[in-house]
Amino acid sequence: MRGSVRYRIRHETTYAYRNDVVHSHQLLHLVPRPTAYQQCQEHVINVTPAFYRKRNEIDTFGNLVTRVEFDHPHRRLEVATDMEVEVHPRPAVDAADSFSWERAAAELNYRNSDPARESLEACRFRHESPYVRIKRQFNEYAAECFTKGRPVLACAEELMRKLHKDFRYAPGETTISTPLMEVLKNRRGVCQDFSHLMIACLRARGLAARYVSGYIRQVPASPDALVGWGASHAWVAVYAPPFGWFELDPTNGMFVGTDHISVAWGRDFGDVSPLRGIILGGGSHRLSVGVKVEVIPS
Amino acid sequence: MTEPNPKVKPSTLTAGTVTPGSLAAYVPDARRYDELLDDKGLVRPHWQPLIDQLTRDDARAVARRGLERTRRLIVENGVTYNVYADPQGADRPWALDPVPLLLLAEEWREMEAGLAQRARLIDALLADIYGPQRLLCEGLVPPELVFGHPNYLWPCQGIVPRGRNWLHVYAADLARAPDGRWWLLADRTQAPSGAGYALENREIVEQVLPQAIRQLEVRRTTGVFSELREQLLSHGDEGENPLAVILTPGPFNETYFEHAYLSRQLGVPLAEGTDLTVRDDTVYLKTLAGLKRVHTILRRLDDDFCDPLELRSDSTLGIPGLLGAVRANRVVMANALGTGVLESAAWLGFLPRIAERLLGEKLSLPSVATWWCGEKPALDYVLAHLDKLVIKPTYPNQRFEPVFGHNLGGEARKRVIQRLRARPYAYVAQEHLSLSQTPIWRPHGALGFAATPVSIRMYAVAGLSGTRVMPGGLARVAADATIDVVSTQRGGGSKDIWVLPDSSEDTVAVGTSRSPGAQVRHDDIPSRLVENLYWFGRYTVRCEDKARLLRGTLTARSDEGVWNAAVKFCRDLGVISIDGDPALSLDDRNPQGVVADVRRLAWCASQVRTRLSASYWRAVNEMQRRLQDSVAAREEPRAALDQLLLSLAALAGFAFDDMTQDEGWRLLRVGRRLERLQFAAGLLAQHLGSEWATRQSHVEWLLEAYDSTRIYRSRYVVAPRLGPMLDLLVRDSEHPRALAFQWRAIARDLEILATSLGITGELGLDEAIPQLTDAKLMALESDGADAVQARQSMAERLRALSWAAGQLSDRLSLRHFSHIALDAQALAT
Repeated sequence: MRGSVRYRIRHETTYAYRNDVVHSHQLLHLVPRPTAYQQCQEHVINVTPAFYRKRNEIDTFGNLVTRVEFDHPHRRLEVATDMEVEVHPRPAVDAADSFSWERAAAELNYRNSDPARESLEACRFRHESPYVRIKRQFNEYAAECFTKGRPVLACAEELMRKLHKDFRYAPGETTISTPLMEVLKNRRGVCQDFSHLMIACLRARGLAARYVSGYIRQVPASPDALVGWGASHAWVAVYAPPFGWFELDPTNGMFVGTDHISVAWGRDFGDVSPLRGIILGGGSHRLSVGVKVEVIPS
Repeated sequence: MTEPNPKVKPSTLTAGTVTPGSLAAYVPDARRYDELLDDKGLVRPHWQPLIDQLTRDDARAVARRGLERTRRLIVENGVTYNVYADPQGADRPWALDPVPLLLLAEEWREMEAGLAQRARLIDALLADIYGPQRLLCEGLVPPELVFGHPNYLWPCQGIVPRGRNWLHVYAADLARAPDGRWWLLADRTQAPSGAGYALENREIVEQVLPQAIRQLEVRRTTGVFSELREQLLSHGDEGENPLAVILTPGPFNETYFEHAYLSRQLGVPLAEGTDLTVRDDTVYLKTLAGLKRVHTILRRLDDDFCDPLELRSDSTLGIPGLLGAVRANRVVMANALGTGVLESAAWLGFLPRIAERLLGEKLSLPSVATWWCGEKPALDYVLAHLDKLVIKPTYPNQRFEPVFGHNLGGEARKRVIQRLRARPYAYVAQEHLSLSQTPIWRPHGALGFAATPVSIRMYAVAGLSGTRVMPGGLARVAADATIDVVSTQRGGGSKDIWVLPDSSEDTVAVGTSRSPGAQVRHDDIPSRLVENLYWFGRYTVRCEDKARLLRGTLTARSDEGVWNAAVKFCRDLGVISIDGDPALSLDDRNPQGVVADVRRLAWCASQVRTRLSASYWRAVNEMQRRLQDSVAAREEPRAALDQLLLSLAALAGFAFDDMTQDEGWRLLRVGRRLERLQFAAGLLAQHLGSEWATRQSHVEWLLEAYDSTRIYRSRYVVAPRLGPMLDLLVRDSEHPRALAFQWRAIARDLEILATSLGITGELGLDEAIPQLTDAKLMALESDGADAVQARQSMAERLRALSWAAGQLSDRLSLRHFSHIALDAQALAT
């Protein structure tokens, strides 16, 4: 397709444990789900040490998930995924043609009658979730973006730009357990924080918003390199009738297009974290993550 | 529902059979339905026989005796209810008023049918929510109630439990309105508590009012538990002996007593999350003899805590990988994971239509009028009628206490209205229902009956042949006669419910309802429990050894030589801190001191509480409390130590006379003996290596610290000397404090243990007891360089023995407990 981009991606995660891990369950969200704008043509997940069992499933949000179980003592866990993904351009939309944000929110309210299928689907992403509590402060912070009668996409775009402007990208200063209220106060964080914050501001208005995890095109030498390469990335999708879901990247202040490769989506990070596991033993650990995104010349 | 209908009731009683003195103090509130008296103030006929019995003789004396007996039985049975941060301490005695709530067969029949219908409805509703979600698509259920509920478990979407059975134990709270009808207040679908307390209440009331319960032919309540047990144990694969466990959050949970009680009643072991492990989609219990497959888990843990891998990752109480086993249909969860989504008052208003859609039936049990504010018309109504309503949160994790609209004034009212407008879907309004009232015996002051608001909790269980409702349940009375919120956490009391027999039926056999209480098989005891028993044994002896050493030291105060040596021993062993003065007071900050060890002992005891009798458990608590008091009061340490040693002696007695002598008990005993051996060998080595090893006063002191002065005197004519002392404390095979005695006893216990567990590969002490011939003993106590040399080498041997005891202890834990020595950690990238 014209304007499509093909990527070769390698994503490595290594845990080095101080002591033996005697038993371990891992849940991997590492394979890009098929969407209207992308296809994963090839993927392979390499896991060491030898696992006891591995199984592929589809989770409740439609993501591809791999479960791995280890039952032999080990001090190192390596998970490496190699994949090739083709990403297509998305049709341009005029933000002005989206419903007003008030109407977009009201359409999702329960009205004692059968809802539209898309609305019901959107309702799944409208509420508090473990990493996204809804607080009054989010409404106050985003108030200027949600002026009366403004199209919902215009609101979302302004909110994205505001976050991009107000917040500093500061790797290592927050962790996944840093509360959103603290992120809001300190005005710094990484893609997870930017995304969670934007989702919280949208949901606080009664809108539906989901968390998308994936990768971003890597242009290391370029002076206008995008933030977020070298690791997995995350951004936000907002439900904007009549267009449906629309994706925005608050960390880079840009709309999502052919620079982004989505892997999975859910209510927040917790639903789609690349590796989620429970280990028995292990003591302290060191984690290293590496992501390489290359464009395959056509 | 109808409005409260105030009726004027005469406050003087006219019933001929009632002695005016006994019921005169019973002053009903005319706005409430009265369980005891009818509109005319006459005793309702079904209460008459009970009232006659309770008032026939001296009514005050009957009440006093009844209350006393109830209190005593509660203490004897160890019935407690833990309340976090309770001024009465972590374990609060259960509050029970022995006067039962009487219900007629006819009214019960309707309630029973209503509850069973509701249980069916809830199963069908859960099947839809976690399945095709037709009700959501058809608009019969607001998405907010499902997707917004913290206990809607997303990873459980699509799971169909074995037998399509979501509820195994279901409870509902009901209350009787002034119109005389019973209304449902709330559904308990997660892991309903209280059924165990209901059974316990019956056991106690049966002993307090034995004649009345026989005369009234009250229906028995234990039957449903046999049916539940049968069902829970029906999920084995072919040829398997199915194993069920009760999953508990642990001893600090408020209803832990009940978990332990149900474990006994159902004959299934009590397990914490760390006792269970998932391998290859199969759940196993870690037992002393290895891993055993678990087929059914009766959970008393909220569902979102059950699997840190897929549910709340911050849960340390769950079982990693459990959901995989559930999905593979390899384990039955009772109740199924995800049932908590129905615990919200918001559902009540939608259930009638859901019942018609799913069952094609009308709901027979009415629920109290409820408005979910997420619908615009409902919100408008609620705002217009705030004074008549109670406002509650929709979701259980909201920080919002229910408020009565009529109590809201000024600012508070404004704030509530603001909240309702900002997030209407997060609030529910309910009509304020005046609870009915029932007589209790006044616990304080003037004896006699008082009228108190009451609500009841009914229970239904899934049996093999369908839903069974417990004929009885838990009645709860308010702590304050004027309020309409009844909560055990807020200090209310409980009552037994007596369902009277149907006049049209033959009477059901009545008698004692105490069921045999099936035994938990010994090999199903979780190894964590056994490990704690083992350490309980060790700490009991460690405390005793240290207390004795300290007391012996204090006794030696007058002899400076001995005193200095003794204090040095104590310091070397860590019993007193490096700058501590044992004469001043017991040091509760020294981590190796006796006070700290008593705390550890009590902690171990709390972990093995289910294995200790009520009096054993009480003795441990009492001991710790007394020691803490005397430390706080900076009491004279010798008196405190005397008291402590007395208590510890009592614990030793309990350990041998008051416990089932199974593998767990045997390991407790091994723990005691290893501890004693390790400590004694170490102390003797210290003594032998010291320059005063042969001095009489020091030998005397050591004998005292070993509690062996008397036996020495009876055995040897000579004054205390090193040789005979070693003969007694090392080589004697009959003196229970001698190393040889302990050594042999440990070897014997380990052999029996290995045989009963079918384990090969001998575990034992790597060091033998040093051989002591008479000549050797003589040599050890002589003077000169050779003797010093001999004593040093003997000291080395004893040190090695002490070390070997520690080694054996480690190997024991590796073999029997190690699979639990590691903590699970949650990691996410």
